[in-house]
Amino acid sequence: MNAFHFFIEYSIVGIASGGVYALIALGIVVIFKSSQTFNFAMGEMMMLSAYLFYTAAVTFSLGILAGMVAALLGSIVLALVIERVALRPMMGRPFIAIVMVTFGIGSIIRGVVGMIWGPNDLQIPAILARTPVLIGDFFIPGKTARAAAIAVCIVLALILYLRYSRAGVALRAAAADTITAASMGIDVRRVVAFTWVIAAITGCISGVLMANVNTLTPHLGVVALNVLAVIILGGMNSIGGVLVAGVIIGWLEAVTGLILGTEFREITPYILALLVLLVRPTGLFGSRGIERI
Amino acid sequence: MVSDVEAPVRGTTSSGLSRQRLLMAAGLVVLLALPLFVPRYWVFFAGLLGINIIATHGLNIMMGYTGLLSLGHAAFLGVGAYTVALAQIHLGLPFWLAIPLAGVSAAIVGVGFGLPSLRIRGLYLVIATLAAQFILNFVFVHWQSVTNGDVGLTVQPASVFGFPLNNETRVYYLILAVTVFMTVFGMNVINSRVGRAFVAIRERDLTAQVLGVEIVGYKLIAFALGSFYAGIAGGLLAYFNRFVNPEQFGLLLSVFFLSAVIVGGMGSMLGAVLGAVFMTLLPEALREGALAVGTTIGFDMATILVPLRETVFGLLIVCFLILEPRGLAHLWKRLRQRSHHPGG
Repeated sequence: MNAFHFFIEYSIVGIASGGVYALIALGIVVIFKSSQTFNFAMGEMMMLSAYLFYTAAVTFSLGILAGMVAALLGSIVLALVIERVALRPMMGRPFIAIVMVTFGIGSIIRGVVGMIWGPNDLQIPAILARTPVLIGDFFIPGKTARAAAIAVCIVLALILYLRYSRAGVALRAAAADTITAASMGIDVRRVVAFTWVIAAITGCISGVLMANVNTLTPHLGVVALNVLAVIILGGMNSIGGVLVAGVIIGWLEAVTGLILGTEFREITPYILALLVLLVRPTGLFGSRGIERI
Repeated sequence: MVSDVEAPVRGTTSSGLSRQRLLMAAGLVVLLALPLFVPRYWVFFAGLLGINIIATHGLNIMMGYTGLLSLGHAAFLGVGAYTVALAQIHLGLPFWLAIPLAGVSAAIVGVGFGLPSLRIRGLYLVIATLAAQFILNFVFVHWQSVTNGDVGLTVQPASVFGFPLNNETRVYYLILAVTVFMTVFGMNVINSRVGRAFVAIRERDLTAQVLGVEIVGYKLIAFALGSFYAGIAGGLLAYFNRFVNPEQFGLLLSVFFLSAVIVGGMGSMLGAVLGAVFMTLLPEALREGALAVGTTIGFDMATILVPLRETVFGLLIVCFLILEPRGLAHLWKRLRQRSHHPGG
């Protein structure tokens, strides 16, 4: 009974952290849909956003709200610069070259953050209340629960927005067939830039949430590499799939942490990704046919 | 799909070929005599360089020639290094058995990770190799009873007929021999039927298949061969450093080899060598430069050396891919053409 209680509690915490994963994953999936670019720099964008928030809110003492706005603006500008300077010239080039460019960008951001803010942990101002949330007689740490609630709300809002807005329709058209979309008058370049803005927003929010639940370190970005594994599970181009996949990964991480020891948490997503590759490479919701050769 | 990389170029004319041979022989003599006239510090560097050249050849065979991107190259070096250490500790194997064994075990582990995704096109192999990077590093750290965790394992120097290779000059000759052998071997593979199959797969896999190239088979060969090179390099690294620990084989080292292949020029044996030379010297140049700047402006640059290195590696990858995707090898070729046809 007691072990079972523990299991459920860990599961809830895991599922809650999955909400933030879904938010990160969404940023990766929209860019992938619009331009077939798999953004390996997502984690670093997210980490940098959290540092921007820290600098605006603490160093320049703008407070939480203005700090968040500044961080969002900074992240968006940065994402647009990355898209314009590094990825647009790569359009039409082999996909591995594009993957390597994003990987290189990640390395640059990691290095620059390390040079500016140093390797030590920083404490960002508490946005989320600490008081634990009780569901029945299950305890959930307050920060995790609130971060999850915020993340899930934003993910759902973005999913609805991408479903019903003109921008969302343009994105789906560009994803389905770039050339036809362009010939029908959709500005594909603007669609791509738009998805980078979305990624900047989700990255910024998830970065600040993550830094709140844990602490702010240059290693924060590694989480997004775990999320890459989530996306394999969710199906590379399924916007709805990220939510389900994020929750599954969060849950599995927590449960393996409980059963096998916390150190196993860090490799759970990768083992899962390898299993998915082995069994069902399309992921759970991927629509694109896998090209076997 | 227009490829970023060049097909391998055969020797052009017979006189050009013999001149090339002559140059190579002269270069070999210089390399053999190197420890006689340069300081020991540079001999140390030459050894490290040899190891990096072998590992870069491996990644270049996968990535440059066959188009299989690996983000886990460092971890496969780690497999080779641990193989050498464990073979020595538990089996007492001599180096001439342990090093090939290191290559084979890295190839087996590499294929194990690569196999599911080599059947599929696209990004999946990238994720699988990234998974390999993290999972293998996890194993190095946490399989305490075998790998001794973060502390790592100590390796005794390799010995030739009871003569220990226990300083940088002695181990340099071992590394030189293996590097030359692996480079020549790689050139022969690339100029063979197998190498042409690799390039065909990279350029147009479907066309290659229609023309009768067993795509999955050859991809598997390329991946195994690349991992084999990584394992050999890792094995040598174990004898070179005389210890093995997980920290040596992190993601940054994988980025390092990725930069070496890109900077040198994907799909060029010369490029792999140039890239490895460039990337091996770069951290030193960076350190010297940063410290010099630091003393003039009165700032302790030593604290930011690691992130600085990370930034520069990333910048090199991005800039070369955008501006000069054929890398230093191509620049080198253009330079030589210009010197052959002055004013042209």
